Amino acid sequence: MGPDSPQHILMPVRLSTIALSFAVALLLNFLPWPDLKYTPDFVALVLCFWCVRQPRLVGLGVAWALGLLTDAGNGVLLGQHALAYSLLAFLAIWLSRRILWFGPLQQAFHVAPLLLASQAMILLVRLAAGSPFPGWSLVVGPLIGAALWPPLTWLLLIPQRRLEREQVL
Amino acid sequence: MEHTPPPFFKRGPAPLVRLFFFASLSVALLVLDARFRYAENLRSVLALIAYPIQRAATLPFELAERVSGYFTLQSRLLEENERLRAQNLELAQDAQRFEAEKAEAAQLRRLIGAGEAVSVRSMPAEILYASRDPYSNKVFIDRGTREGVQPGSPVADDAGIVGQVTRVHALTSEVTLLTDPDQAIPVQVVRNGLRAVAFGGGAAGTLELRFMAANAEIQNGDHLVTSGIDGVYPAGIPVATVMRIERDAERSFARVVCKPAAGVDRGRFLLILSNESKAPPRPAEAEPAKERRGDKSRRRAKDAKGDGSR
Repeated sequence: MGPDSPQHILMPVRLSTIALSFAVALLLNFLPWPDLKYTPDFVALVLCFWCVRQPRLVGLGVAWALGLLTDAGNGVLLGQHALAYSLLAFLAIWLSRRILWFGPLQQAFHVAPLLLASQAMILLVRLAAGSPFPGWSLVVGPLIGAALWPPLTWLLLIPQRRLEREQVL
Repeated sequence: MEHTPPPFFKRGPAPLVRLFFFASLSVALLVLDARFRYAENLRSVLALIAYPIQRAATLPFELAERVSGYFTLQSRLLEENERLRAQNLELAQDAQRFEAEKAEAAQLRRLIGAGEAVSVRSMPAEILYASRDPYSNKVFIDRGTREGVQPGSPVADDAGIVGQVTRVHALTSEVTLLTDPDQAIPVQVVRNGLRAVAFGGGAAGTLELRFMAANAEIQNGDHLVTSGIDGVYPAGIPVATVMRIERDAERSFARVVCKPAAGVDRGRFLLILSNESKAPPRPAEAEPAKERRGDKSRRRAKDAKGDGSR
């Protein structure tokens, strides 16, 4: 669909694909990771992806609901991730037309600041709530998340591409 | 983009307006939750929604464990059996002695007119996952109100205290670990009975005794156990070992860094302890003039109890 793949016209996305990708992202977030400092926030990444690709289907409402679910699941202040994800979704939708003109690698460079902004939002909320600053390792997660953007793009567009090929055949 | 005509007219409010709407909603929730704690019901519902996903996330690990358990070597099983049998014998002896001592202690307590010692019940639980929050140290366990978990109950493993239940949902509970910056636990040095309060935070995975006088009688390697005077933690359970003491002439307090005795950041199985008998009732208020002050202090004591002796 985007100008980044002129030779392929992607099929419309199915809602089940989006729902499934969010479920898998939540599952990845709840996995017992050995070191949580360096694991990217998969929900934020997938949310960013769908906001860029399908700004009309996935928007701030979805982001807010996912944020609340993450908050409750992690036992943190209710609304902290909701706020951060809303901001992320807004920025992603705002930049979606620009981002899609670039290749996957340059897109990753656009996504990194968005993920960092949402992390910064959480940091602000926590500092306001009286938590001490946990150190600069906070930055690592979003950067790894941005590095995962190209493979994520490839993975999440598979259903749309395969459908198209079947139709041509 | 899609095969539908561009819906120019049904895009809803502008994104910026939506951002303001959702941001203010979030901020309102944050304030409600952080200041007034009104959002606990909503949190419980959301936790219930998230439960299947959490369960699914731990499933592959359980499966892998079961599979690897199936393929364990016979020799290793035998060896482990041997070891467990020896341990069992040892523990059985200990248990017998413990029963005798307990009866004797109860008799002595009756003789001197002290209250009944607190008996402790325990419930096993398994850690589902750790919280992703870098600002705190929490884990989630697979027992909730359905199993009768009470908020405020201490949580231990086979080596000592791990933390305290801070929130209880229907099927899961949140345990704040001892190393959380907001967590505190009253302790006692085994060697000489010196009382102190251990706080979380500081360096990763350590506890810190705050407000210890620079000349306090404490050494490296001292064992700390719960003192039990807060009425939350049962007395005499191992908490930590003193690792390092920094005495600085400029400060009037010593910096005492301790290492938790229990596997706070490892292990998967925990015990939720619950105090059967409550603390003795507070003396009744006689004069109406003192009633307000008494009321206040009682409320404060209750808050401290429910809040995890913060």
